[in-house]
Amino acid sequence: MPSVTLTVNGKTHTVEVEGRTLLVELLREKLGLTGTHVGCDTSQCGACVVHLNGTSVKSCTTLALQADGASVVTIEGLAAADGTLHPMQEAFRENHALQCGFCTPGMVMSAIDLVMSHPQGLSESDIRHGLEGNLCRCTGYHNIVKAVAAAWPVMHGRELAPAE
Amino acid sequence: MNVINEGIGASMRRKEDLRFISGRGHYTDDMNRPGQSHCVLKRSDRPHAIIRSIDLTAARAAPGVVAIFTHADLDADGVGGVPCGWQIHSKDGSPMVEPGHPVLATGRVRHVGDPVVAVIAETKAQAKNAAELVVIDYEDLPAVAHLNDAVKPGAAQVHEGAAGNICFDWHIGDKALVDAAFARAAKVVKLDLTNNRLVPNAMEPRAAIGDFDAMSGDFTLITTSQNPHVIRLLMGAFVLHIPEHRLRVIAPHVGGGFGSKIYHYAEEAIVTWAAGKIKRPVKWTADRSEAFMSDAHGRDHVSTAEMALDEHGNFLALRTSTLANMGAYLSTFAPAVPTYLSGTLLAGVYKTPAIYGEVKAVFTNTVPVDAYRGAGRPETTFLLERLMDVIAHDTGHDRVALRRQNFIPSDAFPYQTPVALQYDSGDYTATLNAALKASDWDGFPARRAEAAKRGKLRGIGMSTYVEACGIAPSKLVGALGARAALYEVAQIRVHPTGSVTVFTGTHSHGQGHETVFAQLVAEQLGIPFANVDVVHGDTAKIPFGMGTYGSRSLAVGGTAMVKAMDKIIAKGKKIAAHLLEASVEDIEFAGGNFTVAGTDRAKSFGEIALTAYVPHNYPIEEIEPGLEETAFYDPANFTYPGGCHICEVEIDADTGVTSVINFTAVDDVGRVINPMIVEGQIQGGVAQGIGQALLENAVYDEAGQLVSGSFMDYTMPRADDLPNISVGTETTLCTHNALGVKGCGEVGAIGSPPAVINAVVDALKDYGVRHLDMPATPQKIWAIINAAGVKLAAD
Repeated sequence: MPSVTLTVNGKTHTVEVEGRTLLVELLREKLGLTGTHVGCDTSQCGACVVHLNGTSVKSCTTLALQADGASVVTIEGLAAADGTLHPMQEAFRENHALQCGFCTPGMVMSAIDLVMSHPQGLSESDIRHGLEGNLCRCTGYHNIVKAVAAAWPVMHGRELAPAE
Repeated sequence: MNVINEGIGASMRRKEDLRFISGRGHYTDDMNRPGQSHCVLKRSDRPHAIIRSIDLTAARAAPGVVAIFTHADLDADGVGGVPCGWQIHSKDGSPMVEPGHPVLATGRVRHVGDPVVAVIAETKAQAKNAAELVVIDYEDLPAVAHLNDAVKPGAAQVHEGAAGNICFDWHIGDKALVDAAFARAAKVVKLDLTNNRLVPNAMEPRAAIGDFDAMSGDFTLITTSQNPHVIRLLMGAFVLHIPEHRLRVIAPHVGGGFGSKIYHYAEEAIVTWAAGKIKRPVKWTADRSEAFMSDAHGRDHVSTAEMALDEHGNFLALRTSTLANMGAYLSTFAPAVPTYLSGTLLAGVYKTPAIYGEVKAVFTNTVPVDAYRGAGRPETTFLLERLMDVIAHDTGHDRVALRRQNFIPSDAFPYQTPVALQYDSGDYTATLNAALKASDWDGFPARRAEAAKRGKLRGIGMSTYVEACGIAPSKLVGALGARAALYEVAQIRVHPTGSVTVFTGTHSHGQGHETVFAQLVAEQLGIPFANVDVVHGDTAKIPFGMGTYGSRSLAVGGTAMVKAMDKIIAKGKKIAAHLLEASVEDIEFAGGNFTVAGTDRAKSFGEIALTAYVPHNYPIEEIEPGLEETAFYDPANFTYPGGCHICEVEIDADTGVTSVINFTAVDDVGRVINPMIVEGQIQGGVAQGIGQALLENAVYDEAGQLVSGSFMDYTMPRADDLPNISVGTETTLCTHNALGVKGCGEVGAIGSPPAVINAVVDALKDYGVRHLDMPATPQKIWAIINAAGVKLAAD
């Protein structure tokens, strides 16, 4: 059986996997990181989103072998060692951007990538389009959009310029 | 007293959130038991077929296989079928046809997804591989999936005992009175409409883990349920014959339900029974495509509605006739949905004096249909509120004035409808006025004209609705066919230092009970919010309970907590009277202090708690030590939230795509404990309603294959499909529960679909559109625009 070596949330692991093992299966079943969820089987819902070398990916559509040598961050790896939450986590809590919590890990990981990849700013429409790969059945997205908008200035350390 | 309000009315941030934003939730599939095996179900890929034989030879030889079970194995163990929790009687008094619902199919399969063989292996991948090697020899039978086809003469028969595929033929109201009113009506308006079939699609797929302790004989089931005690009752008593004290059901963190996780499902029985057989834990987790063909679906009604009016537009009588799809088997609540959750609401918010409704429930070769967010009430609301706009269309009345003139007046409560329910409170004019103002209804013509300049068709629509929830009075529902009671249970455990653990029989799967109930208890007992924890979802911890659905958790479960706290306070007064050397009658409790009336002599709640557990100086002759109380609360009536939803859309005439521009909901949900959570519940409900109206549709082809079987072809609302949703509340208090609360979980999904369709029809009014069934897809709208051959005035 082949093995992969990867860094997850700052810790290096070498794990034996089958060729068909998905990254999400490695995370959940081999490493016990069950914060990353599986909500569908067609790469549509985004509950499984993690960061692979700094970019958000759907870990249900990534083979574990593709992550060999990579650095992965999951929802469990966002908060600081002292428990300080990432600004996006804090914004989700403050804005009631979650109800059942199942889509939340993937939504937070996608939202972080969305904010970081838009240093020029994000309109409401940008946020809605940017999150269209993540399904939420509880919130109607209203408060998720609010949370992402609230996290942008904190993550970039400056106020968002007013929309044109 | 709390300086900062943490109690009723405060938008407290949720206690639940830290674990969920940190990835530390414990959903069923996140858990694993030592020695666990994995179950994969071989399901029917045929809508209707005879099982001629099952060949397990190759599957049994596959690597990692632990055991393979079929119906014969269950039957040999005396395992029962999946029970239905509600019995409806037909017009002629005969009970509904109730065919068996085997845990694993026997003899025949009746829908795509019907489970036939349970394959258990060391890993899920091995179980999947082995399931592929199971050979089932089927003889295909004619199948029927759609309501109108199923009731045609000569249609394929889903069950031999159900002639014409009819499960029951039910009615409500006074037919003679209605017929007489129609005979003298100045005008009759008729509408045929369909309430489209939906797949609930909670984001967490269903999962279950069965475990068996051979030493004690105890079974444990961990399951994605909205009501663990109900599952224990149904599965223990009817399916596996395990007494309650030998069966523990845990519903841990559950990722959304919307009704679909109320029901007792076959997979729960399979993993529990199989764990006992192989003496190992057995886990099953649905793939999403499996969820599409095994979770109970929602809606799927075809109706005709007729309103008789006098010459002034006053409603004289309403007559409706509905076909309701039950699917292939009767799910737990299914028979109640089109009848007592739907027919009883036919008055809506209107003083229609005579009403008669008929419902035929129909078997088809489809997944069972049961309650989905709103359950019956969205179907009736869609029927009524589409009918309102069609009446306005046909008679020339203004749609707002027509509604207003026929409203049950705000001084008419309690109001007895002609269809059994008695509404206790409401003010439909107040919610209408607030919504008209918030949505700037009067300014719409200017917005429409502006949109036309951009080539967009703009429309506005409303619905004014009432619903019945907070289910339910046990005596009443028992008389209506429920086989269980619907009270709720709360246990309040005051610890020696005055902190409190609340045990509730309701279940939170997104609603925020740990927060809201803590606010309620903190307020009532005058203690800090941080000192209250809420426990739910485990039959080993909680005395009993009926779970969460029908917007019942606060109205019924919260009131049970108030009852238990009343007992705590009464006992605390006795302890305080003893300590303060006063008469019990003179002790007052407020703000967390027991005080001798008219004095400053007081004992704090914490001091009383400590005294109860350290009873050195204590009225031990009179009362027991300890401070813990349980209450069962059975409500006197349903609760009746209502309101007005207004939707504004723009349609792109070139593509037929509808965009929701504004959505305004003004709801009366009774007293609000946490405004932030109420707003979130309503926004989520509205999102599902917009989904039903514009996007979602569970489609079966003529042969009975589920065409929309994944997120690739079932259109879930995404962030860029939805607008911001403006929520307001106008409050009248429920008159029959201690909190005055009504419920907010379903109103969004009940009120919104007709508001959206009314807006779409309004946008298309120049194209001669009178009615449009859901979902109003771009394809449908494009066809209307192009068939009409009418050019936009602005073009």
